[in-house]
Amino acid sequence: MDDDPLTIAERWLGEGRKVALATVVDTWGSAPRPVGSHLVIDGDGAFEGSVSGGCVEGAVVAEALEIADGAPAKLLEFGVADETAWEVGLSCGGTIRVLVEPIVAGGGAAR
Amino acid sequence: MRLDDLKALNAARAGRRAAAMIVPLSGAPGRLVLREQAAGDPLAAELGRRFASGKSGRVEAEEGAVFIGIHRPPPRLVIIGAVHVSQALAPMATATGFDVTIVDPRTAFATPERFAGVHLVPEWPEPELLALDEETALATLTHDPKIDDPALMAALKADCFYIGALGSRKTHGKRVERLNAAGFDEAAIGRIKAPIGLPIGAASPAEIAVAVLAEVIAALRTEARPVARTAGALEAPAA
Repeated sequence: MDDDPLTIAERWLGEGRKVALATVVDTWGSAPRPVGSHLVIDGDGAFEGSVSGGCVEGAVVAEALEIADGAPAKLLEFGVADETAWEVGLSCGGTIRVLVEPIVAGGGAAR
Repeated sequence: MRLDDLKALNAARAGRRAAAMIVPLSGAPGRLVLREQAAGDPLAAELGRRFASGKSGRVEAEEGAVFIGIHRPPPRLVIIGAVHVSQALAPMATATGFDVTIVDPRTAFATPERFAGVHLVPEWPEPELLALDEETALATLTHDPKIDDPALMAALKADCFYIGALGSRKTHGKRVERLNAAGFDEAAIGRIKAPIGLPIGAASPAEIAVAVLAEVIAALRTEARPVARTAGALEAPAA
């Protein structure tokens, strides 16, 4: 479990790094990674895990940099008609939605 | 996500406890719900279904659209008996994602030659050794009450999500008498699948292994679990 994104996220935060967490929240058609898959990104663009077969990670990381740095969470959508799929990278023609959120200090307010 | 929730989630996962992370798509930090807390959550029924099926997904809730991330420990399958059926069952169960352990005190059966690459424990099935929990399935396959019975009792006490016992109806009748005498009530004993395996007319050891594994997977993916029962969510999970 040392290599899984959530464990890595906790370790990175312990090292004082800023961290954003990306999660696949929806898939349509054939998607390379199932709902619930995580990608963790730090403020320097280092990342672990995956939300696709490696095709849209670049775009997610680019968005995540700002979010790790304090910008609000964002819902990203990737997916296209089959003929243009190669440009974006989802070669299968599927669609995925990815929630990118910051990991913020502190505990829950209303538990 | 809040750091405290991340730490608590990682601790739950390390401790083999099921948990759900509920994250509003609006971008609010969300909340962590351990399985034993699910009945008290506003999304109790939904959580009950999702803990049962293990499926994460997006839900339209009163509080708005949320994503429910389900984190369940990988299921374990403990097989009592290093027998012919086990030789077929262990690799099939491993391929379908189970952590497999075979326990048999008979060292002539429990040999590494017969079970290459399988976690093999040539000991009596003592409860401390088995370390059963509700994310564990137990299948007893030895036909020997001295070996099978203590494991079945441990599995009933640990509330394993699946408990199956090899043997005919007649064999099971005697088993029920012994478990009764040991203080287990009808409801508890009724949790034991016997004769073990889905009724597919399995003949060979490998076919019996298929029947057993299919029954284990059905219990894992479709049956409501303790939390779901208290939440009143007995419907089948969404596909």
